[in-house]
Amino acid sequence: MPRISEIAQVCKSKNAGPFEVTIDVVFSDKAMFEAVKATNVLNAGLIARLYHVTPEDVLFTVYDAGNAFKATLPRRIPAGDIGDTDVYGAQQHAPLLDVEIPIDVKGLAGRARRPA
Amino acid sequence: MPEFRLLSTSGLLGYGFPEESLKTGMAREPHMIGVDGGSTDPGPHYLGSGKCLNSKMSMKRDIALMLDAALSAKIPMVISSCGGAGGEPHLKAVVDIVREVAHERGYRFKLATIHAEQSKAWVKQKLGQGEIAPLKAVPPLDGATIDNAERIVGMMGPEPYIEALDNGAQVVLAGRSSDPAPWVACATRAQLPTAPSWFAGKVLECGATAPLPKGHDCLLATVQEDGVIVEAMNPIRKCTPMSVANHSLHENASPCYHIEPGGLLDTSNCKFDAVSDRAVKISGMEWEAKPYTVKLEGAELAGYRAITICGTRDPGLLSQWESYLASVKDNIVTKARAFGVEPDQYKLVYRVYGRDGVMGDWEPMRESRSHELGILVEVVGKTQEIANAVLSIARVNTLHVDFPGRLCKEGNMAFPFSPSDIEAGPCYRFSVFHVVRNVDPLSMFPIEYEMV
Repeated sequence: MPRISEIAQVCKSKNAGPFEVTIDVVFSDKAMFEAVKATNVLNAGLIARLYHVTPEDVLFTVYDAGNAFKATLPRRIPAGDIGDTDVYGAQQHAPLLDVEIPIDVKGLAGRARRPA
Repeated sequence: MPEFRLLSTSGLLGYGFPEESLKTGMAREPHMIGVDGGSTDPGPHYLGSGKCLNSKMSMKRDIALMLDAALSAKIPMVISSCGGAGGEPHLKAVVDIVREVAHERGYRFKLATIHAEQSKAWVKQKLGQGEIAPLKAVPPLDGATIDNAERIVGMMGPEPYIEALDNGAQVVLAGRSSDPAPWVACATRAQLPTAPSWFAGKVLECGATAPLPKGHDCLLATVQEDGVIVEAMNPIRKCTPMSVANHSLHENASPCYHIEPGGLLDTSNCKFDAVSDRAVKISGMEWEAKPYTVKLEGAELAGYRAITICGTRDPGLLSQWESYLASVKDNIVTKARAFGVEPDQYKLVYRVYGRDGVMGDWEPMRESRSHELGILVEVVGKTQEIANAVLSIARVNTLHVDFPGRLCKEGNMAFPFSPSDIEAGPCYRFSVFHVVRNVDPLSMFPIEYEMV
């Protein structure tokens, strides 16, 4: 099974204000995006497990216009407060990279990582 | 078809932009030129301390080029959230630069300065009236939090900008603003519809973030009756339907619903169509008017910081890192107490790079595979003296605490610097991040006019 790091064009995190972090997974190709979407592996429950929050804390959006999945959740520590490790929230995406997606990449060969 | 052209020079005042891109943009005869000056992204330090995010030198460079362009084309120049945090000291810093450039070049124009700082008495009054609510993941506001804030700013909408332009200002410098506000003001003043004006503002405030490759560069948005056309002014960058659609992901909680002063921008039915190989037309955005709210941002002093940086390469220490660190922390508490500093007078934080220095408790890999660890030791004390004293003790114990089977008996850590202890000064936290209801979009944000 391919991992997100092998099939996504973009996997990134960033602050959405100082109290929330938002994580985006973007696919360069509509067919790949639709295949990933059909597995329903990427959802609020997965994000909640990976980031130790409740599913109710996660605003999850399947963004068809951008071939993208987006999750917004409360930051572990507000940006810049004592104990924060990542003021911009730019390095909180890594747990998603290893998530396995049960799709057949052969049928989608050559579609990964192609620029938009 | 009526249209209104808006030129944004970059994502933030002082980030710089290629002069050639500005020339290309001005050749398209924009109706206004502007740049966003602020963000909460670099953290609470700037709002708390009153310092600007970017240097005077870099801001002056951008302002001089923009003023030259705006005055020769006789169009307004607008800068929002001046100086980063958009409080009084930040706004004053940018106003001073504009006056200086105007004086040096002999320019004369009407300047409007729009203030965004809010008095604590007024915020308390609104709190007492039950008109203040927390934003997501923020605790409710109370009087003590208002008292403790170093500074509270309101985030203005387009209305004060419209007022300033209606009164003939050619240059508008404003404190904290909703990022799209100045662009919305200019486009809606020209009778263009609200929804595409807000969409244009959302894209323009980031400069050339929507094109590929993204960069600190100029972007032109043309607002029309039925949508917006966006185009990068640098030929190396292209807007594609996908790059513009994905820009809605950037720093937003939702790519589809954007809460703004006075309404909601809904982009869930947007269409993104290429109008050339480098420009995209977006249509189908909707604006739903809502009761007017203004966001408040405030920062308070969290304490005084001191840090030191060190690293270990000892396998014996790496193999028992957690028990070693617990022992070090015990020693620090004991020794600080011995010179009269109790644990409630400071916070001690170890960030251990190579283990979980980046993600902390969110790190899924609990076992480090690194042959060395980088350690950032931080103390935030109630005073700088306390922070310095506890950090000094922390440094000594991190270096010298014994552990079972220790071979590196001269020291556990490599310190790269002398002095190894770095005094980092006051540090702040965001304490106010709330919305206030039932407010007048204009009276919260007084405008001053002067001939420069």
